[in-house]
Amino acid sequence: MTLAEVLPSAGAVTAPDPVLRVEGLCVSVRTEGGLKPLVQDLSFTLAKGETLAIAGESGSGKSITSLAIMGLLPPPAVRVTGGRVLLGGENLIGLPEPALRSVRGDRIAMIFQEPMTSLNPVMTVGAQLVEAIRAHERVGRAEAAKRAVEALRAVRLSEPERRMGQYPHELSGGMRQRVMIAMALALKPEVLIADEPTTALDVTVQREVLDLLRDLQRQMGTAIILITHDMGVVAEMATRVIVMRQGRQVEAAATVDIFGKPQADYTRALLAAVPRMGQGLVRPPVTTEPVARLEDVVVRYPLRGGLLGGVTQNVHAVEHVSFDIRRGETFALVGESGCGKSTIAKALVGLAPHSGRIEIAGQALAGLDAPGQKAMRRKVQMVFQDPMAALNPRMRVGELIAEPLLIHALGTAANRRAKAADLMARVGLEASQLDRYPHEFSGGQRQRICIARALALQPDLIIADESVSALDVSVQARVLGLLRALQAEFGMSYLFISHDMAVVENISDRVGVMYLGQIVELGTRAQIFGNPQHPYTRRLIDAVPVPDPAHQRAAAPGLAGEVPSPLHAPGSGPLRVRLADIGGGHLVGQ
Amino acid sequence: MAGYLIRRLVQAVLILLGVSFITFFLLYVLPADPVRQIAGRSATAQTVENIREQLGLDKPFVVQYARYLGALVQGDMGRSYLQKTEVAELILSRLPATLLLMVAAIVCELVLGLTMGIIAALWRGRAVDQTLMVTSFVTVSAPQFVVSLLLLYVFAVKLGWFPIGGYGTFAHLVLPAVTLAILGSGWYSRMMRSSMIDVLRADYIRTARAKGLSRARIVLRHALPNAILPVIAMIGIDIGVFMGGIVVVESVFGWPGIGQLAWQAIQRVDIPIIMGVTLVSACAIVLGNLLADLIAPFIDPRIRLR
Repeated sequence: MTLAEVLPSAGAVTAPDPVLRVEGLCVSVRTEGGLKPLVQDLSFTLAKGETLAIAGESGSGKSITSLAIMGLLPPPAVRVTGGRVLLGGENLIGLPEPALRSVRGDRIAMIFQEPMTSLNPVMTVGAQLVEAIRAHERVGRAEAAKRAVEALRAVRLSEPERRMGQYPHELSGGMRQRVMIAMALALKPEVLIADEPTTALDVTVQREVLDLLRDLQRQMGTAIILITHDMGVVAEMATRVIVMRQGRQVEAAATVDIFGKPQADYTRALLAAVPRMGQGLVRPPVTTEPVARLEDVVVRYPLRGGLLGGVTQNVHAVEHVSFDIRRGETFALVGESGCGKSTIAKALVGLAPHSGRIEIAGQALAGLDAPGQKAMRRKVQMVFQDPMAALNPRMRVGELIAEPLLIHALGTAANRRAKAADLMARVGLEASQLDRYPHEFSGGQRQRICIARALALQPDLIIADESVSALDVSVQARVLGLLRALQAEFGMSYLFISHDMAVVENISDRVGVMYLGQIVELGTRAQIFGNPQHPYTRRLIDAVPVPDPAHQRAAAPGLAGEVPSPLHAPGSGPLRVRLADIGGGHLVGQ
Repeated sequence: MAGYLIRRLVQAVLILLGVSFITFFLLYVLPADPVRQIAGRSATAQTVENIREQLGLDKPFVVQYARYLGALVQGDMGRSYLQKTEVAELILSRLPATLLLMVAAIVCELVLGLTMGIIAALWRGRAVDQTLMVTSFVTVSAPQFVVSLLLLYVFAVKLGWFPIGGYGTFAHLVLPAVTLAILGSGWYSRMMRSSMIDVLRADYIRTARAKGLSRARIVLRHALPNAILPVIAMIGIDIGVFMGGIVVVESVFGWPGIGQLAWQAIQRVDIPIIMGVTLVSACAIVLGNLLADLIAPFIDPRIRLR
């Protein structure tokens, strides 16, 4: 690809006042087998004040594109092998480092996905903001500090003066992302690149951060490149969309057209896979006997300190939670990070010390002897969020799937292998792949392996803790389909733990909504999503980005401050939420 | 904070108690007989027994240890068998020399090691990195008595830049301090390199680059404080290794510190001195670790002492 072939078409897109033009951008990585392209022949323009979304699944090259524009590609392996990036007529590709440095942060700024790790943990928020300002403008420390406070106020952080002296670990994820935005916008850049800015945030926080970005853009006229995998976020934020796949542009069009009349097959498939509220299949209510019963379950972790190491505070992770999971049903627990949903999963498999009563198949979990516990563990299996971390990289897939059988001494070696081969086929993989290692599979395939392993013991209950959260939407849709099919075949129950309301709405029979360790609302899917009663449930549902550009939502600007804490001094605790039945088993916190 | 300090100090006392017991026990079961050393070869059996009785060495182990501890609590570390002076006095008179050597060597090894580590990390995979890492490997594996003799031969005997041994001027300090520092610098450079490489991959370094900061500022202000944390914890532990090196180096260079004192005492089975030096070293290690733990929260605000 030469420049001459690229140039004629590059400026054709309707943009009156282009701030940034990317022309025929190619990025490659040097591997042992030669240069491997990561981005191929990508061209677009970005107008003042507009939001261009670059959407795609993992490996599409969307993040690499943003790093290439910033000149931040990890050297020496990854580099730009062709094309131009024009900022106000100046080509950034090949610009010497000092010149690039004066562009970065000043004219093009960037915010990243991980607010937890993107700020330096040993520097105060103020120092990091001041340094960003002083890197580009000749102002004194006091003047820079004044502007930093203004920037913090602009991103609607409460008590901006106090935040200046705080360290990142003292702030919540949403507050940190606001600091990142403040840092990026303090110098009023022409272009802001937001790389998955809300992916790591809770859905209500995502809502606030997106609103904030939009408001700031309106005030400053910043052009935004929004990189995301979430079509809901695209629909809410973008004026135009580029859909990328495997380093190439698949389709580029105005947002309404992408959602209204997608041209490319891939775009259509991508949109079809996006979980939408109100799409779940209606299933008859499950009225079988419970497989698991939780009664008044409490999990608290003591924090120790002081001279004699006494308990100074307790983390109230789970507070007086009661519910049951019926045979063959999918019970979902939803809530934001830290609400205690994963702690319940841990308590169910005996990994968290609890008070109250947990029964699995009619038998209480507490007071079991070692053989009793081992037998109990056969009945409950787990599938985790990150399949790569959940599979031992040095074991073959066949061994991994058969390991539960080995631990419980079931069958001969040949039996176990046959069983593993059978399970592989059940989850849609080839039995011939039994001798491969986990790294040879894709993310979705690895999660299938985890599911096969959980199935090996034919448990009564499978706990799926954010099991599809890390997967691309198209893969996610297939894994959800697999889970449903397996349930129809084997009749086990799922405890489905997720922060994603749309996914929960699609898969669950009954739902429990958790907030700060307590269940605030519990009912069938129709009750929770059709007639949400608790304000928190409503907030969660309202916050979900809708993959439809026509959908209008009232912005609710709020100040971000301290999040309510699950820490309490010994003897005290949170106010207990009392659940009342408002009819048909729909329990609502008062 | 006060509670933390008190707990650490109680721990320190227990550690010292343990060290004193183990050392005392080892010296008790040792086949070498201090009384023979004091009495000399020609002494009669009667003389030997008299001295033994006089020193209380005829008593059972428990009684001897209890007596020693009892005196120690009152600040009495006993008298040297051979020099007939107070052990506390001997150690105190030699401690400044050892401290000087230690501080000089630690500063030297940190400057050398950290610089090498940072440079290697910044140019990892290149020739500089490989050269530095081979060098550090050599310095880590070279025994100190060999290094000290080599330095003595080249810089004192052949070139005559530094005195062959002794104590008094800055020139006297250079060779022993460098000998000690060479071993440590190898360790620190390797540690600093891997720590720095980890930190340079961190998201906040990418953020710093995206802000348009200069490379020097990114390395010194953002990467270095994060990378140095594990190294600081190491310095506390390292003081133990250091005390071993000091015995060798002080003997080779005739440096009048407690290492040399210990070496002479070991040869003559002068139990009170051996005990005294061991306890002082243990104190140094405990204090070094405490100091390292106290410094860490100043660099990383996430660390809370409780």
